[in-house]
Amino acid sequence: MADLAAPVLDVRGLKTVFHTRAGEVHAVNSVSFSLRPGEVLGVVGESGSGKSVTMMSLLGLLPSPPADVRGGQVLLGGRDLLKISPKELQSVRGAKVGFVFQDPMTSLNPVFSVGNQIMEPLRKHMGMTKAQAADRAVELLELVGIPDARRRLKSYPHQFSGGMRQRVMIAIALACDPDVLIADEPTTALDVTIQAQILELVKDLRQKLGMAIIWITHDLGVIAAIADRVMVMYGGQVAEHAPVKELFARPQHPYTRALLRTIPSISGERAARLQVIEGQPPILTAEPASCPFRARCIHSLDRCAQENPARHAVDGKPLGTGHDVACFWSPELMTEGEDA
Amino acid sequence: MLTYTLRRLLTAIPTLLLISLVIFLLVDLAPGSPLSEIPLTVPPEVREKMMKALGADQPVMVRYVLWLKQFFWVEPQYLIDGWFGTDFAQGAQRIISWQSKVPAFQIIGERLPQTLTVVGTAYLVGILIALPIGIYSAYRQYSWFDQAGTFFAMAGFSVPTFFTGNVLIMIFAVKLGWFPTIYDTQLRVTDWASFYKMIMQMALPVTVLALFNAAEISRYTRSSVLENLNQDYVRTARAKGMGERTVLLKHVLRNSLIPVVTVIALGMPTVFGGAIVTENIFKINGIGAALIGAIHVSDLPLIQTITFIFAVLIVLFNLIADILYGILDPRIRYD
Repeated sequence: MADLAAPVLDVRGLKTVFHTRAGEVHAVNSVSFSLRPGEVLGVVGESGSGKSVTMMSLLGLLPSPPADVRGGQVLLGGRDLLKISPKELQSVRGAKVGFVFQDPMTSLNPVFSVGNQIMEPLRKHMGMTKAQAADRAVELLELVGIPDARRRLKSYPHQFSGGMRQRVMIAIALACDPDVLIADEPTTALDVTIQAQILELVKDLRQKLGMAIIWITHDLGVIAAIADRVMVMYGGQVAEHAPVKELFARPQHPYTRALLRTIPSISGERAARLQVIEGQPPILTAEPASCPFRARCIHSLDRCAQENPARHAVDGKPLGTGHDVACFWSPELMTEGEDA
Repeated sequence: MLTYTLRRLLTAIPTLLLISLVIFLLVDLAPGSPLSEIPLTVPPEVREKMMKALGADQPVMVRYVLWLKQFFWVEPQYLIDGWFGTDFAQGAQRIISWQSKVPAFQIIGERLPQTLTVVGTAYLVGILIALPIGIYSAYRQYSWFDQAGTFFAMAGFSVPTFFTGNVLIMIFAVKLGWFPTIYDTQLRVTDWASFYKMIMQMALPVTVLALFNAAEISRYTRSSVLENLNQDYVRTARAKGMGERTVLLKHVLRNSLIPVVTVIALGMPTVFGGAIVTENIFKINGIGAALIGAIHVSDLPLIQTITFIFAVLIVLFNLIADILYGILDPRIRYD
């Protein structure tokens, strides 16, 4: 059903480069994905795989210099966000696209009251008066489950716990009824019980409000709990992309498979040794001419060193709608007795 | 906040008493005698009588306690009498300058306005120059504006005021003749002409002091803004779609001002000290010049009183800094 609707957000060939003293770092390379209304897209990958940079590039949130969004298209409501003026971009941020960041302890301004910070986008984007914005802010705080909302408007961030602050961040992101909510590791800085609460809250809000969500995480457990589709990123490009059940059932990319193996198992009689992926993600000083995962890949082929694999569909559906992978290897090539 | 302020004011009393004792003992230890300006031909018996008349022959502790009584008890009474025409003091002995034989507070009352006009204006001008420069330098870090700002701040901060003062006098007063070299303390502003004259004679000393203050404050502002520009909440503000003006002048500035306000408030009393040099160079008959003059002739009561007033100012502005800190930063509550 969701597959038929036109995407709210369509990203094509996004490319972001950082200018550093050591030269250019190609953080995002030709990333394409789309997001349909009401859908949750999970984005997974290790630190440094380009997840956050990709999402920040969409809205020009990276400091420039050093960042330079060099190419591609970001289509939202028929407009290319990379082409519009800074003023127009401001009217998109916070209004059409809401952002929730990783660390709620530092993401709120410590010297302004929570109410003030929620009312800011309301007054700017919706043209509300102070009283209207205050009423809406109370509504939002109640929506994200903060009790005694009217009184809490005057509280400052330091008077809230981490989980409560993240709820406030979500309230700010949702203030103007955005079409898209981008959540950049929103539960990473929280302890596990609070993580679960925030996850439940977002699932619940999605039911109520119907916005599309991009959920960035490195936790596959969270992905399984919330996402409809998953995009696995490695070395600034999309390694694999599939509906969530499909990905867990038939992972194609050796990186995805390795990631899945790193999830500790709680079943079985004796705890097996925790699996890890050896090595570090690469720092790409040039556009990769070969597969960026090659050095850590247990299945790497000769061809992997000669060209960078393009994404190709596994299930015959058009790219970005079904299951696709950027790899020359496939599980069918696996020989007898080879490990997973 | 009120209880905090009151508590701080109360705890300031022992601090100030101790400071006053230390100052008194230090000043007393200093070599020199109040009679060093008296011709050597004056016979010793007469000198002794003169010492007695000044009360300088008393032991140091007696003189100290007497000064305490005069400073905290007698002088406030004279102050009130002066305001309301009452007669609480009933002719009690005031703190008398040994040199000029007039009450120390009368001298201070004459000199302080000169200092406040020049130093106060200079500090205000310094802050008004420094804040925008600091903010913009940080916002455009490493731009040519920032580089130029850094250069002038370094120059302004490392070149002492007595040097810049003399250079400015040489160029603008002596060579070009645009400004007067000497500050006329008798000048009263009554019309546009005298106002213009006032501005002209204030221009050089205010420039010297303002440059020095601006150099320091702009550096603090710059580093404070820089530190805050990279904070997560700035990214949040941008992600909310706030304009760059709002991001910089609301979100970043409010946070950056917290340390800067402390520097500004704590710098106030030191400006009086720094102004001593400038006052002497520009011949401004201010409180700093009075202090230097008093030190030259070992005028103990006047030195003691002026120095102690500086100490009070320092304690007072410390308190003001802390209170402002609490107002700017909601995380700090003193109750």
